[in-house]
Amino acid sequence: MIAIPPPFDLLPTLWRGVGVTVQLTLFGSALAFGVALIIGFGRLSRFRLIRLLATVYMELFRGTTLLVQLFWAYFVLPHFGVEFTEMQIGVLVLGLNYGAYGSEIVRGSILAVPNTQIEAGIALNMSPWQIMRRIILPQALLMMLPPFGNLLIELLKGTALVSMITLADLTFQGTLMRVSTLRSLEIFSLVLIIYFLLAYPLTLALRLFERKMAEGRS
Amino acid sequence: MVRFHRVSKSFGDLEVLRDINLEIAPSEIVAIIGSSGSGKTTLVRMLMTLEKPTSGTIEVDGELLWHKKENGRLVPADEKHLRKVRSKVGMVFQQFNLFPHMKILRNVTEAPIHVLGLSREEAEQEAISMLEKVGLGDKLDAYPSQLSGGQQQRVAIARALVMHPKVMLFDEVTSALDPELVGEVLQVLKEIAAEGKTTMLIVTHEMDFAREVADRIVFIDGGRILEEGPPEQLFGNPRNQRTREFLSRFRRTI
Ligand SMILES: Nc1ncnc2c1ncn2[C@@H]1O[C@H](COP(=O)(O)OP(=O)(O)O)[C@@H](O)[C@H]1O
Ligand SMILES: [Mg+2]
Repeated sequence: MIAIPPPFDLLPTLWRGVGVTVQLTLFGSALAFGVALIIGFGRLSRFRLIRLLATVYMELFRGTTLLVQLFWAYFVLPHFGVEFTEMQIGVLVLGLNYGAYGSEIVRGSILAVPNTQIEAGIALNMSPWQIMRRIILPQALLMMLPPFGNLLIELLKGTALVSMITLADLTFQGTLMRVSTLRSLEIFSLVLIIYFLLAYPLTLALRLFERKMAEGRS
Repeated sequence: MVRFHRVSKSFGDLEVLRDINLEIAPSEIVAIIGSSGSGKTTLVRMLMTLEKPTSGTIEVDGELLWHKKENGRLVPADEKHLRKVRSKVGMVFQQFNLFPHMKILRNVTEAPIHVLGLSREEAEQEAISMLEKVGLGDKLDAYPSQLSGGQQQRVAIARALVMHPKVMLFDEVTSALDPELVGEVLQVLKEIAAEGKTTMLIVTHEMDFAREVADRIVFIDGGRILEEGPPEQLFGNPRNQRTREFLSRFRRTI
């Protein structure tokens, strides 16, 4: 076997963690998006009870820290007989937590569509559902894109916390190797660079996507 | 075609319209004039079901708008009833209110397809001929933001017309336009009026235009109809002191 010169000899091990980090980001953000839509719409519901439940959910998840939520799911849930894998817990907690923040984006964007647009829909005799689906949502989604992009980057960086529940992501591999090799400088510099190399192209891609979606409209 | 019977409207403590009685015959063209804040917009918005009357009844084409009869009693209309009667009414707004995320053609086909149930081909065919009629046959693929105010307003008119409402409401449709763009929009209104198919209720500050196209002028002041009559009489020989004041103030400021 050909020896890889340092510090790159560390990469194969770190690489295994990257896969976990990417998976967490993908599934976590998918769940977060779904949760954001449900809670965001819930907070706009006609029904008081639904509004209340959605608000309680949002405040609970925003008012407690992600790390403790992870610990809670990891250490406490098994006492209730609920067993998840570390990956499932990571995705679940990330999705539920970032979804709570995302719900505010959903709610704000929907409210930001001017009332006059709704009135134009009524004047064309559209049903409330058609007005939501064909007039409000498309405009709201466009407004949601930039803040959701930011949230996605935040989530990617937030995945580092799952290393605390022994999920072998990029950060976890880094800390593990530090213990065995003591090459802290190299390890954590590489880890930083890898996170950046994941986040930055994502930022650029999101920006491109936004521009594509906004084409022709002002 | 339209009948307001003892209609009043308040916002909280503020009474905006008081005891409005107004009847409009089929194909009649009525212009509503009056100073800002007198309640003109509120009046047409009630007819478009955007604002609910505090008391009184409104009828469109023989059907109650905000009420329905149940065992001989009047009860508030539900969404289903509102949608049925609302289909007879269309409106053009001061600020156009086009859908910014749709191209022009789609702005005009969206409701015919999804509300009237037309096929895409039928809807597009009619939309294109309507857009050609208002002089915008070459803008089908543009977005609203790429059009001038006058062009946007003509799209808005086409968008309302393809729904074939029996009554069309126009609320100061030229007030948001640069002066040089007012003419092209008024021209379109005149053409619709000349066809004689649609009942029109036009809120406007364009007195010469009102005089030319309207069968009847209604002057509103402080939430009441103070005077109404044929244009020659109302402009030429207004009976009410307030009407005279309003008209002379208008001539001076224009
Ligand atoms: N949604 C509303 N809430 C409270 N007051 C309103 C509302 N809409 C209109 N008004 C008031 O009602 C009065 C009449 O308004 P409007 O019908 O717009 O008059 P016009 O169109 O003749 O200028 C004004 O005093 C206005 O401030
Ligand atoms: Mg007005």
